Amino acid sequence: MVQAVRKEPVGVLKISTTGRYLPRAVNLCCCMRLVVAGGTKVLKQLDEIRERAQTAVALAVNLEELESLRVRFLGRKGEITQILRQMASLPPDERPPVGRRANEIKEELDRALSARSEALLGQTLLAKFEREKLDVTLPGRPVRIGHRHPLSVVQEEIEAIFLGLGYSIVEGPEVELDYYNFEALNLPKDHPARDMQDTFFISDDVLLRTHTSPVQVRTLERMAPKLPVKIIAPGKVYRRDDDATHSPMFQQVEGLAVDKNIRLSDLKGVLLTFAQEMFGLETRIRLRPSYFPFTEPSAEVDISCVMCGGEGCRVCKDTGWLEILGAGMVHPRVLAVSGYDPERCRGFAFGMGIERVAMLKYGIGDLRMFYDNDLRFLEQF
Amino acid sequence: MRVPLSWLREFVDIPVSPRELAERLTAAGIAVDTVTDVGDKMKGVITARLSGVRPHPNADRLSICSADAGGEVYEIVTAADNVFTGAVVPLALEGARLADGTVIKKARFRGIASMGMLCSEVELGLEDRSPGIMILPPDTPPGTDIAALLGLPDTVLAFDLTPNRGDCLSILGIAREVAVLYGLQLNYPPVLESEGDEAAGYIDVEIRDPQLCGRYAARVFEDIKIGQAPLRLQTRLRLAGMRPIYNLVDVTNYVMLELGQPLHAFDYETLRGRRIVVRRASPGERLVTLDGVTRQFDREDLLIADAERAVAVAGVMGGLETEVTPGTATVLLESANFDPLSIRKTSRKLGLRSEASLRFEKRVDIEGAVRAAGRMARLVAETGMGRVVPGVVDSYTVRPDQKTVVVRPDRLDQIIGASVPGDKAVKWLKALGFGVRKNTDRLIVSVPTFRPDVSIEEDIAEEVARLYGYDRIAATQTYGEATPGRRPPVETFIRWVNRFLTGLGLTEVVTYSFINPMSFDLLRLPQDDPLRRVVALKNPISEEQSVLRATLLPGMLEVVCRNVSRRVTDIAVFEAGRVFKPRADGELPDEPLKLGMAVAGKEPRGWESPPRDMDFYFLKGIVEALLDRLGIDAVFRPLQTHPSLHPMRAAGVLAGDKELGYLGQVHPEIKMSLDLPNDVILAEFDIERLLAVRKVAAFRELVRFPGVLRDIAVVVPEGVPAAELVDNVKTAGGELLRELRLFDVYKGAKLPECTRSIAFSLLFQAGDRTLTDTEAAACVEAIVNRLKEKCGAVLRW
Ligand SMILES: [Zn+2]
Repeated sequence: MVQAVRKEPVGVLKISTTGRYLPRAVNLCCCMRLVVAGGTKVLKQLDEIRERAQTAVALAVNLEELESLRVRFLGRKGEITQILRQMASLPPDERPPVGRRANEIKEELDRALSARSEALLGQTLLAKFEREKLDVTLPGRPVRIGHRHPLSVVQEEIEAIFLGLGYSIVEGPEVELDYYNFEALNLPKDHPARDMQDTFFISDDVLLRTHTSPVQVRTLERMAPKLPVKIIAPGKVYRRDDDATHSPMFQQVEGLAVDKNIRLSDLKGVLLTFAQEMFGLETRIRLRPSYFPFTEPSAEVDISCVMCGGEGCRVCKDTGWLEILGAGMVHPRVLAVSGYDPERCRGFAFGMGIERVAMLKYGIGDLRMFYDNDLRFLEQF
Repeated sequence: MRVPLSWLREFVDIPVSPRELAERLTAAGIAVDTVTDVGDKMKGVITARLSGVRPHPNADRLSICSADAGGEVYEIVTAADNVFTGAVVPLALEGARLADGTVIKKARFRGIASMGMLCSEVELGLEDRSPGIMILPPDTPPGTDIAALLGLPDTVLAFDLTPNRGDCLSILGIAREVAVLYGLQLNYPPVLESEGDEAAGYIDVEIRDPQLCGRYAARVFEDIKIGQAPLRLQTRLRLAGMRPIYNLVDVTNYVMLELGQPLHAFDYETLRGRRIVVRRASPGERLVTLDGVTRQFDREDLLIADAERAVAVAGVMGGLETEVTPGTATVLLESANFDPLSIRKTSRKLGLRSEASLRFEKRVDIEGAVRAAGRMARLVAETGMGRVVPGVVDSYTVRPDQKTVVVRPDRLDQIIGASVPGDKAVKWLKALGFGVRKNTDRLIVSVPTFRPDVSIEEDIAEEVARLYGYDRIAATQTYGEATPGRRPPVETFIRWVNRFLTGLGLTEVVTYSFINPMSFDLLRLPQDDPLRRVVALKNPISEEQSVLRATLLPGMLEVVCRNVSRRVTDIAVFEAGRVFKPRADGELPDEPLKLGMAVAGKEPRGWESPPRDMDFYFLKGIVEALLDRLGIDAVFRPLQTHPSLHPMRAAGVLAGDKELGYLGQVHPEIKMSLDLPNDVILAEFDIERLLAVRKVAAFRELVRFPGVLRDIAVVVPEGVPAAELVDNVKTAGGELLRELRLFDVYKGAKLPECTRSIAFSLLFQAGDRTLTDTEAAACVEAIVNRLKEKCGAVLRW
């Protein structure tokens, strides 16, 4: 890099290494005439100089004046020096007391000058700082702050928890074949449970996935017959619902673990770990028997209410529990169509709505806020 | 399914409070949604016969009734218009309490004092809405406490059942669960057995399609007196969510709710040829259904016909001509079993979903048909509604095979992760109606016909687990091979981009994947624009959300518009999401990931200086920062062809020959038609392409020798793009040109017309020595010469 010479403006005070401020320019003052006299008289003269010097120092109003006083009294041609030069004319026995006295006064004056100079410096600096004063209560220069979408934040948190548990993230298409979304998940055409998920169709066989579960089948097909399989699949899903509690597009995280000896109790363990990592170590979970065509046994999973801790409140409708996800043991037919022998392995699967988790985490009441993209909403996260 | 507890108590002797029961059932998978007490607050409401009804002298819509409460007569003013002399009605006198707890006071209505009020079903807590005062059976004694007559108070459990448990769409089914959970005896309701064969003389039943109708049982009732059903029965129907009509229909509904078997009653006299034929419709066949609508059918639909014509849509709705009316004397009762899929298809097609079709769709217990008919017969006889013709005509064509499941108890434990005592499991299964036989170490479990949802070992595991209690299952950790948790590179990349852009002040948005095809015109897309080739939904909610986006642009613009409409005009947002591009027939669409950005308005306002616009160069700065950080050496080329962008304020962004995306100001026409206050700058990039060309950061040795800094400014014709100058400076500067910064652009009076001055700050530095001024000067000269030669530049300073 280029090295530039740093120039200092003339006349500016510079802090010396001793911490004292010295004026760069010094005005030399005229010398004082010295009267030669006897020892006692000389001592008297010294005292008289001391007196005058002290008064002058005390009255000095700036550093320049102080410097000229230093020259006048202590300088090479200063009054005290002049007296000392005359010492040779004194009787030898009278010299030491005069010398001592002169040195005492010199030191005393030097101290007085320093003290006064420091006092004056203090005042000068203060005045300078005063001129540089900022109103520290004025706001700073504004910086535009970007905000991550709360669903992104929550999704990443969920992912982090499961990554830590050894689950890999897998993705699947949002436009999906009926086969993966329904048939392979034990939901043949005309299955009444298809009513549970009102579907957007692209054609007879192509649809917008209604859940992230098709990723289970796609993953198993790809991995078969390798064990263990441990994945989560986050992503957008679509259902033909649009009201205060539904959005036609929302986001889910699917989880799947398949291994030689997976048990329903393991599912409970993983979900408990998740719930405690996500909502706090005091969180409890509750599994309720439920029904999903692609799991058997199936469960609906509640967490102890994050608002009241289980005491009962408005959010949990006084039950102390909040429904948060659906889960179960992978249906043997799902394993079989994907190339796994259900006699040799078992698995569990779960699916949760990211919005639901985010709503609980941030206390958001209306699901549709997430897709409204009102900056006044997004800037809260 | 709504179950009045008093009804359930007829089946099982419930040992706990309603709320405890609800919790226990929910924990066993029979989810109770709400528990509601009905009539517990009601007090002192009595019956009264109206001995006179006359109009109010001062109000057209009010009547004054004389209500005889068994001796005492009270003057009551009512606004209801269904009151008549002789009607027996509920009366709440001063001091009486209604179902919601309201205490009745005397009142005056337009000068006439009313001693109380006549009540509708609403005031009695039986229904949410009512057309008028509740009219009680005429033989109801006046002056009697109404609660006792109605069978109140009661408690209603509302169930939220899973679709696999069709058997629980009945009091019987719920009662069976209660019995299992508390180890209770399950009492079946009494039926009138079908001794004799007199009924066979009335009707022949022929099932022509046994696949769609496995069983058709019929009974006949004579001398039917149509009227009101007993009050308690009516109350139960109401509490179960059905409105009473008249005794015959009410009792068929009552039995359906009780046993889960839908019943249908025909006016026997209207059936022709004493025949019932169950058959598929002939193409185009028509029938006027109960609701008076003429319906047309095809081969897919199953009909009930008599000897000549269709008389009902099997399992969905009866025909108008054979409907039971107040004049009906003889009734043919149908208790049949239909194929769930067929009923489902027909009811969907007709848009008719009834309590009956709902049950048939979930498969009704084929073994229960005759019992339900017998139960109906019993109630007909008990309530004195008519004479039961002895015998049942039961056409049971296809008896289902006995389904069995082989269960390995140790495997049950492995699935559940708990050791459930074997004898307990057997006991529970038996109580649920399963047959259990031990065969060495296995259980041979036979599945009852009312549990079609059970067919494999895992199903049995669920039955056992839910009765064992999910709450008693431990939380364990999976064991086995450790697995690394991997994130796909593109996921990691998106997360990184997300953080980077938020760091630069953009806020992340998430917009719908569906867009409005009308937006193509708004976006000025020509008819043949590739962005018009979209994936369309067959059944969108609305036209506005009917196609899948092929670009993030419409979503970005919508975010801007929506915020502007809410007076948020300073906008800087981005979105990372998939777009959808149709592919050849049969293939799923391509779903490339895109990164969209939009800015409009001003940078934040401080007090020091006026805020700057978030304009083209603002967003370009962000884009450049992103690309730079990704190590992508990108080129910005003027882009005049994007229909949605200002033709002179848009750039295509390339890395080598790879198109990465574009950046530009929204076309002024779009700005105008959206009525936007500020220009919007948009950018869109292909995320996978960014990921493909990005370079991972690599360490470069720091240069320790001082360099020489030189500033130059050149005057060039206006048409010369800055990038051309930069390229030439770089070429001429060679290796010694370490840094180049364009720091000033000047146009003005001091310069010749149609020229501008562009200033660069140049740093020359060598890696192995201190550069001399002479060397630097040579470089500058080379640069200036090249600019002069290639770009017609003149050195300004
Ligand atoms: Zn709560």
